[in-house]
Amino acid sequence: MSNKRHIYLDNNSTTPMDPRVLEAMLPYFTEKFGNSASRNHPFGWVAEEAVDYAREQIAKLIGADSREIIFTSGATEADNLGIKGVVDMYKRKGNHVITLETEHKAVLDTCRALEKEGTEVTYLKVQRNGLVDLAALEAAIKPTTVLVSIMFANNEIGVIQPMKEIGEICAKHKVLLMSDATQAVGKIPVNARELGIHLMAFTGHKMYGPKGVGALYVSRKSPRVKVTAQMDGGGHERGMRSGTLNVPGIVGFGAAAEIARLEMKEEAERLSKMRDRLETTLLQLEETEVNGSIESRMPHVTNISFKFVEGEGLMMKFNQEIAVSSGSACTSASLEPSYVLKALGLEDELAHSSLRLSLGRFTKEEDIDYAIEKITEGVNHMRHLSPLWEMHKDGIDLASVEWSDH
Amino acid sequence: MAYSDKLLDHYNNPRNVGTLDKSKKTVGTGLVGAPECGDVMRLQIEVDDETGIIQEAKFKTFGCGSAIASSSLATEWLKGKSLEEASKIDNMDIVEELELPPVKIHCSVLAEDAIKSAIKDYQEKNGLEK
Repeated sequence: MSNKRHIYLDNNSTTPMDPRVLEAMLPYFTEKFGNSASRNHPFGWVAEEAVDYAREQIAKLIGADSREIIFTSGATEADNLGIKGVVDMYKRKGNHVITLETEHKAVLDTCRALEKEGTEVTYLKVQRNGLVDLAALEAAIKPTTVLVSIMFANNEIGVIQPMKEIGEICAKHKVLLMSDATQAVGKIPVNARELGIHLMAFTGHKMYGPKGVGALYVSRKSPRVKVTAQMDGGGHERGMRSGTLNVPGIVGFGAAAEIARLEMKEEAERLSKMRDRLETTLLQLEETEVNGSIESRMPHVTNISFKFVEGEGLMMKFNQEIAVSSGSACTSASLEPSYVLKALGLEDELAHSSLRLSLGRFTKEEDIDYAIEKITEGVNHMRHLSPLWEMHKDGIDLASVEWSDH
Repeated sequence: MAYSDKLLDHYNNPRNVGTLDKSKKTVGTGLVGAPECGDVMRLQIEVDDETGIIQEAKFKTFGCGSAIASSSLATEWLKGKSLEEASKIDNMDIVEELELPPVKIHCSVLAEDAIKSAIKDYQEKNGLEK
């Protein structure tokens, strides 16, 4: 007898695949199994045609030409290819890269790897609301700067960077702009060319498509950008990414892109209404606050700190039924909470107290009702147990307490 | 990561949650951990000053499920023990009882620290320091 619910509010981690996407993919596993690089027979032609069609669907979603789409295994590979590929290709121009402290690890660790090989990297701080300081960005650009890599929307707090303004600054200084747009593409309108973005990484599984397939947008005109391939092989994808194409995955990615393009507006409105209801109701609990800008934010995400409650402990109260994420990292050996929240200037204990709730296409109103009920119950349970809550209620300033190390 | 039934039971139905009057001479309080580390345990014992037996134990914990369960279990084990016996509770006993995964062993260490710290506080208050 399992009356347990399974509510998924962790769509920033991955999204369930839309059944329409699966349907589009299925023939390409079996009867249409050809290699899109087989030029001499119909098996190959059928696969190639399907890839071309998907490439069009994806290009259309981001306002690009289909020749500007390079398929990869996902956004991590696309981030690696974009950043390492540009740094290598443009090494005669300079060796300086600018990025943000709040980027995804796929960007940060790629930059750290490049630093070991002599590239100079500037990690810009963000403001308390999570947004880049445009003046600081412009001031950081040097004659040796070849690339600015700034994420479109943050995975933990959902804040959307001012890409248009960033694009203008990069254009003014003739520096290439790359954006990890994993969380944005398919959810909000993204037009790379209009925004002045020259390279852009994104992936299928964050937009109701399959895992294991992503893309790097590489601008072909004004300027025409080139990246050095990071893998040797058959020279697929205009020589930028070798490897037999994942045809069923690409077909699914294309179908997902088309659905997103057609349904995005309505979906964003529906999700932001539900998100706002969830957020405003939870904020009625004492001592809670939203992390990151609420003005420039994705429609389906909220990140809330419940003070004096540890996030991982809180999640355990309902994680059999409701899937969410926490900025706490009690499981990591370092005990370090989210570096994104810390970069906003949040005190460690607030970072430990946070939950990220990310809604998606299949979230229902009753899921929100249930989540509100269970999270509220959980916060009350945890506060009843929390010595910090008791101290706060007794008027003790926690900053004045001498804590023991452990 | 799947947790043991015992751990989940202590987390969902924590024993001996509460606060003892720390100004009383018979009460020993241990407050260990730090908010920025994501773990704070407060463990209190009330000792019968004639028999030297722990009569009451209470806790409050800010932390993950394993930290809560470790401190809840500790209070259960403390009741009825002499200070001597209580000071012998080892963190690995807690690890075994709750089947804590390796990444959560620090929670049991913190619970042991809290026990020792509460005993020390009681002893200091009553001039019983060794």
